[in-house]
Amino acid sequence: MPDLLIELFSEEIPARMQARAREDLQKLVTDGLVNAGLTYASAGAFSTPRRLTLAVEGLTASSPTTREERKGPRTDAPEAALEGFLRSTGLTRDQLEARDDKKGQVWFATITRPGRPAAEIVAEVLDTTIRNFPWPKSMRWGAGSLRWVRPLHSIICLLSDEAGATVVPLTVEGIAAGNATRGHRFLSPDAFTVTGFDDYAAKLRRAHVILDSAEREAAIRQGAENLAFARGWEIVPDDALLAEVAGLVEWPVPLMGVIEERFLDLPPEVLQTSMKEHQKFFSARNPKTGRIEGFVTVANIDTPDDGATILAGNQRVLAARLSDAAFFWENDLREAKSGMKAWEDGLKSVTFHNKLGSQADRIARIAALAREIAPLVGADPDQAERAAKLAKLDLRSAMVGEFPELQGTMGRYYALAAGEPEAVADAAREHYSPLGPSDAVPTAPVSVAVALADKIDTLTAFWAIEEKPTGSKDPFALRRAALGVIRLLVTLGLKAQLRSLLTQHGEVVRADTAATVQEGNAVIARSRYADITRDYDLVEIAKADGRRLTIHSWSFNGETVADLLSFLHDRLKVYLRDQGIRHDIIDAVLAQPGNDDLVLVVNRATALNAMLQTEDGKNLTQGLKRAGNILAQAEEKDGVEYSFGADPKFAETDEERALFAALDTAEPAIKAAIKTEDFPAAMTAIAHLRAPIDAFFEAVQVNTDNQIVRRNRLNLLHRIRAAGQQIADFTKVEG
Amino acid sequence: MTSPNRPRSFQEIILRLQNYWATQGCAVLQPYDIEVGAGTFHPATTLRALGGRSWAAAYVQPSRRPTDGRYGENPNRLQHYYQYQVIIKPSPANLQDLYLGSLRAIGLDPLVHDVRFVEDDWESPTLGAWGLGWEVWCDGMEVSQFTYFQQVGGHDCRPVSGELTYGLERLAMYVLGVEHVMDMPFNDPDAPIPLTYGDVFRQTEQEYSRWNFDQADTEMLFQHFKDAEAECARILAAPETDAAGRRIPMAHPAYDQAIKASHIFNLLDARGVISVTERQAYIGRVRALAKACADLFVTTEAAQA
Repeated sequence: MPDLLIELFSEEIPARMQARAREDLQKLVTDGLVNAGLTYASAGAFSTPRRLTLAVEGLTASSPTTREERKGPRTDAPEAALEGFLRSTGLTRDQLEARDDKKGQVWFATITRPGRPAAEIVAEVLDTTIRNFPWPKSMRWGAGSLRWVRPLHSIICLLSDEAGATVVPLTVEGIAAGNATRGHRFLSPDAFTVTGFDDYAAKLRRAHVILDSAEREAAIRQGAENLAFARGWEIVPDDALLAEVAGLVEWPVPLMGVIEERFLDLPPEVLQTSMKEHQKFFSARNPKTGRIEGFVTVANIDTPDDGATILAGNQRVLAARLSDAAFFWENDLREAKSGMKAWEDGLKSVTFHNKLGSQADRIARIAALAREIAPLVGADPDQAERAAKLAKLDLRSAMVGEFPELQGTMGRYYALAAGEPEAVADAAREHYSPLGPSDAVPTAPVSVAVALADKIDTLTAFWAIEEKPTGSKDPFALRRAALGVIRLLVTLGLKAQLRSLLTQHGEVVRADTAATVQEGNAVIARSRYADITRDYDLVEIAKADGRRLTIHSWSFNGETVADLLSFLHDRLKVYLRDQGIRHDIIDAVLAQPGNDDLVLVVNRATALNAMLQTEDGKNLTQGLKRAGNILAQAEEKDGVEYSFGADPKFAETDEERALFAALDTAEPAIKAAIKTEDFPAAMTAIAHLRAPIDAFFEAVQVNTDNQIVRRNRLNLLHRIRAAGQQIADFTKVEG
Repeated sequence: MTSPNRPRSFQEIILRLQNYWATQGCAVLQPYDIEVGAGTFHPATTLRALGGRSWAAAYVQPSRRPTDGRYGENPNRLQHYYQYQVIIKPSPANLQDLYLGSLRAIGLDPLVHDVRFVEDDWESPTLGAWGLGWEVWCDGMEVSQFTYFQQVGGHDCRPVSGELTYGLERLAMYVLGVEHVMDMPFNDPDAPIPLTYGDVFRQTEQEYSRWNFDQADTEMLFQHFKDAEAECARILAAPETDAAGRRIPMAHPAYDQAIKASHIFNLLDARGVISVTERQAYIGRVRALAKACADLFVTTEAAQA
């Protein structure tokens, strides 16, 4: 059983692409080998900045011989048909066999494919893999036409067993596979040969290369923590940075540095972001002060001066970067303390969307809406409005210009510097949340008001100009905004009447949408919809001159509201499905009145879901459906609606009387429970009908010959249907 | 940076790079005589990266970025600075080693420093060009851009050129251990008349910063932009043969107008008279010129293998 070693040695592979490349290499090669008839015991892929490596153990030495029988034309078929068959099978006539078939004599061919040695298959598979490798971005170099992530320099392709190692003969665009590689670019630049994976990994280590990225990560983590520990500090964990840094070095050497005193007053987020984004440094925190006071940089080399030169250089670069950051911070603070008027004015000239006006327009809308929503979430309306006005001003600050990921975080600092209360400042940081399905939902009332207003404005605004998500395209992240609204309302149990809220805000948004005055297709004037009234004069004057001018604008009507609400419902279905509630249950609930109150929808669906898990619940559904079906058929046949006057005095059986009694108890209980939105109680009440309904259908024939009794029973079924309809549309429940 | 091999001045670093790349066989060219934003705009890079003919050149290119002006006060930012540019076509297999040799030549020993190739893909929307490569880090500082050109002026590069760009001031400040660019020795500090970078450039940085930001006549510049654009189009539209019947397509004169338009656009940008939406439109207009010049250049003698 031979082992296979492949190394693709190139110029530096981007760190972010290495993990995926390891998986792709392993999958493409092992799939290729298996498809060609080989099997293997195990495989593992590795990467460093300069190499992609695959080790396959226990490969079969050759693929098995296969036989295939194929039926050809009849022996009396035209010559051309036989020739075609011979061509397709690769055989000669004397190798065919004539056999009797249902319709006469037919030629049969037996094609034998001899097994092929592993080396031949490996060479083919590796050639294909290299030429079709799915790099996110690839390039050509020199005068060649091969594509790789960066220039490919050498290939190891080695099969080894007890007898020794053999290079698999293979040449890709002039690069012949061999058994040689190189170590660390500077510490061990010379080429050396290897005999198999163990030898390869061991020699690489001697040549200052740690092959396994997991081992490099562990070494970096351990080294950084040790350095921090020696000073009584701790490393701020950052797995994404760790993976990236491990992809930038073959021989990791962590070095610790100290941040100069003059930068320690910068906000910790600024220090951390600047060090991470620009320098790929880890942050070290002093638990005694709570501040970030140091950093760990990871060099790729051991030097005679133990990294002193490298550390000094990094320190210098960091100082320059942090000087910039400190400069931004001081300037921004000055602006913040003077009231942020310049930023506010600045946002007037920043376009939010060319059909929706400026960022300042948008902020004004959000502020108005936040004020509107405030009572609903228990926030002070003045504070909510103020917070919304300030929340996005940091977009004009120098710091956010440099580090966009600090938006909101800086906004909070600047609002505090401006003397705003904590609740208002916190809203700047928290109003972007939640950003996904799992991050935290803000709970402070002012933050919630602004967060909701921001997202509802975004949805309303893009619905107004008909920019909705389609398929995989959602450039304005409207699905995320919708999920944010859902998570805020549902998690916090906020009962909002979305239909009226959207209708009302739709009018506000519409005032900001772009409108045009056109003569034919030519645009004569363009303005906000709210300002278009002055253009009516223009139109009137034009009419007097005999010109045909028309005004084009966006509308936001009941249809728009319904469409947006149904989008929210769709996202709610996705959200609830992730919580284990089936889509048919949600559909059954969405058909009920009050479906624009998402909390109500969720409570109802949750209670219904719980009931349907019980034995009573499952059977009750059947009973309700059966009642509904019989009733519907009878109503269609008779052309009347049986909806009134079931009278127990016409009841003939105990079961019938029992059902009357059960409904008499259940109906007021359900009604009362629904009124107080106590859905579990409503479910319990209706679940009590299960036994009487089952017993009724067991004992009683509804469509009896006695018309009075029949009508009475149909009217009784109506009471069952009506009781069910108070809870949900059970016809939509599956099973 | 205590190596005895350490250069002592800005100009010594330039001289060593010139000498090094000359030794590696590059034609050492002189700067292009039109204002440009980066060494890549020199026709020795942009145009010569096109077509099949082999090429190897190195040069210093004075570069102007009007928006980066800081009146000579910022330690690192200048509206006029120098790039060192190397372009070799086809890119040789040992280009990384050649590059590392140049660092050794200016006193950066990769056994003492931490030299790294960190992913950085290059794109020039104004030139319709892109390539893959790295920014080269030395002890955490970006000292060069290293790019394998894939496309220029909308044309695939075949063969591929390898391009190296060194930001000379930043690199030299690091090698010389200087904190503020204006304090950097320009010539030898022991020369009879020692000059700093500030002695040479502080006043011009002030003057140009003022002109770039406050004084440049925007109406005139808008007109110059239109003129350059029109002249470029006119040159490109001219018949390829002259009155005497010789085929002389004029790719280089047309390209001069394209880079003039590009620089005028940068000046207008610094004056703050170009809005965000207009920006894209202007960049698109310059790109259209650069592409048309590239289209013509590939039909000329200098582009043939």
